[in-house]
Amino acid sequence: MSAISAQNSLYRARRRTNAILLFVSALALLFGLFWLVWILGTLFYEGSTALARATFYYEMTPPPGADGGLANAIAGSALLVFVGTVIGTPVGILAGTFLAEYGNKSWLASATRFLNDVLLSAPSIVIGLFVYSVYVARVKHFAGWAGALALGLIVIPVVVRTTDDMLKLVPNSLREAAMALGCPSWKMITMITYRAASTGIMTGILLAVARISGETAPLLFTALNNQFWSLNLNAPMSNLPTVIFQFAMSPYQDWHRLAWGGAALITLAVLVLNIVARSLFGRKNG
Amino acid sequence: MSAVLPIQDLSTTDSPPGPRRVQPARWKDHAFEWLTRFFALLVFSLLAAILVSLVIGSRPTLEKFGIGFLFSAEWDPVKEDFGALVPIYGTLMTSLIAMVIGVPVSFGIALFLTELSPAWLKRPLGTAIELLAAIPSIIYGMWGLFVFVPLFQTYLQPTIVNAFDGIPVLKTLFEGPPLGIGMLTAGIILSIMVIPFITAVMRDVFELVPPLLKESAYALGSTTWEVVWRVVLPYTKVGVIGGVMLGLGRALGETMAVTFVIGNAHNLAASLMAPGNSIASALANEFTEAVGDVYFAALIELGLILFLITTVVLALSKLLLMRLARQEGART
Repeated sequence: MSAISAQNSLYRARRRTNAILLFVSALALLFGLFWLVWILGTLFYEGSTALARATFYYEMTPPPGADGGLANAIAGSALLVFVGTVIGTPVGILAGTFLAEYGNKSWLASATRFLNDVLLSAPSIVIGLFVYSVYVARVKHFAGWAGALALGLIVIPVVVRTTDDMLKLVPNSLREAAMALGCPSWKMITMITYRAASTGIMTGILLAVARISGETAPLLFTALNNQFWSLNLNAPMSNLPTVIFQFAMSPYQDWHRLAWGGAALITLAVLVLNIVARSLFGRKNG
Repeated sequence: MSAVLPIQDLSTTDSPPGPRRVQPARWKDHAFEWLTRFFALLVFSLLAAILVSLVIGSRPTLEKFGIGFLFSAEWDPVKEDFGALVPIYGTLMTSLIAMVIGVPVSFGIALFLTELSPAWLKRPLGTAIELLAAIPSIIYGMWGLFVFVPLFQTYLQPTIVNAFDGIPVLKTLFEGPPLGIGMLTAGIILSIMVIPFITAVMRDVFELVPPLLKESAYALGSTTWEVVWRVVLPYTKVGVIGGVMLGLGRALGETMAVTFVIGNAHNLAASLMAPGNSIASALANEFTEAVGDVYFAALIELGLILFLITTVVLALSKLLLMRLARQEGART
């Protein structure tokens, strides 16, 4: 009798522990979602006033106390992200091609994969330092090119990784079929496997663009900032992240409002890119 | 002879008699292969290039201060006397706080998503958590400064200080005026930022556990928690640690979010409430304003230290995850 009740109480205790801990795990999930909702909520609430004004999109960054917009920063950011993507993507795709098609399990490919994964999470500020010392310190002035180069270096590991993964998903029978028809391997890769993996590679590029759109740290000492309209890649260039940084750290209310607007704009762009990339990839893999 | 050993014969005959085969343009093949190989080598050497450039950049301070740079708390641009102790301490401390909060939460989320969540909720909930990683770090910083810091300062911080007042060790860790900004705030915000990374790895490795193992444990009468704690976690231990290291690597190098809320004060305080400095935030704040070779070199050496720490942590994380993958490959 007592044995049974002891067993029952043990069983009940185990059940109770189980219920409590599973409840805590649900709380953990709510904890994560809570921050997401809170951050996005305040961001769009605070940013909407700035985003709703037309001047936000065509006036230059103002001096403190004056009214203005972020036109030069938006244009600068778009240009830097574009050039960065153009620099990083081909390098990433070709290196990824080597890993998946030629290198496979050779030591060079394995080592490159390993180093690439480390690079993928390496602190972006260190990339900025690197570009500073190989570019800015040589030409002795901050420049848009340096910013674009830093962003390009961040694009590379993302694209290498996805290209490698996506090409490996292409069935070998496709390759063999092309080879059997007498297709040389460069043609096989560029015309068959690239096409079969194109959605996946595209997803990788979109995610890389999303990643660099919000990067601030590598731009601080490469592209720097510019109060005026300038699309000259050889001069310091205005860009959204550094403007947000400068404005948010300032004591001026007008600047804060613009910073919120810029922050909301960047986040919107990044979230849209992420969702597009996901739906592209999701459709393919249904 | 050919009649005796036909196979060997076939393999040694290079050009069979008859019409000549049309040779495709071989050079294009080689050119393409070498082109891709070149870029792979470029990626391969990128980390080394970063390392070399940072070492060259920090030569003045490497020579001037030597190993003492790591242990000196001085940061005096006027006298050109620098030490990395304060930023290193800040970096490690904020990352530690981030791990203490982030790891259990990520574990809870991964547990919920793999074991508890109804199938139709898995995808949207998983995506929502992953979106936390998509938000740029400057947004975390700005939001932290304008929204989180004031609330933390008025409501949470005084409560924490009062709660731990009088308890020996905790008192020192949580004392001081409620400024809102400081290492604790930076650590809390970092913890939110690393959650999606750690969760993603934990989810992936939890999915690796063979259903047979879990079902056997359930059949013996285990509760869900016991299955997770006694079966899933031991099986995926290595991968979970790898995920934690990945999160740690992210936290150590995070720049903008920390820069906004850490306070950027070069002081060494035992209290987590006190403003401090991290390597990344020191770089972000001071680099463009630095004057003089030694000041510059000191900042670049800070970058070098950060680079070395994160590279080691990330490489370890990768090795652990690879070990789990190999184990998995051997078992199946």
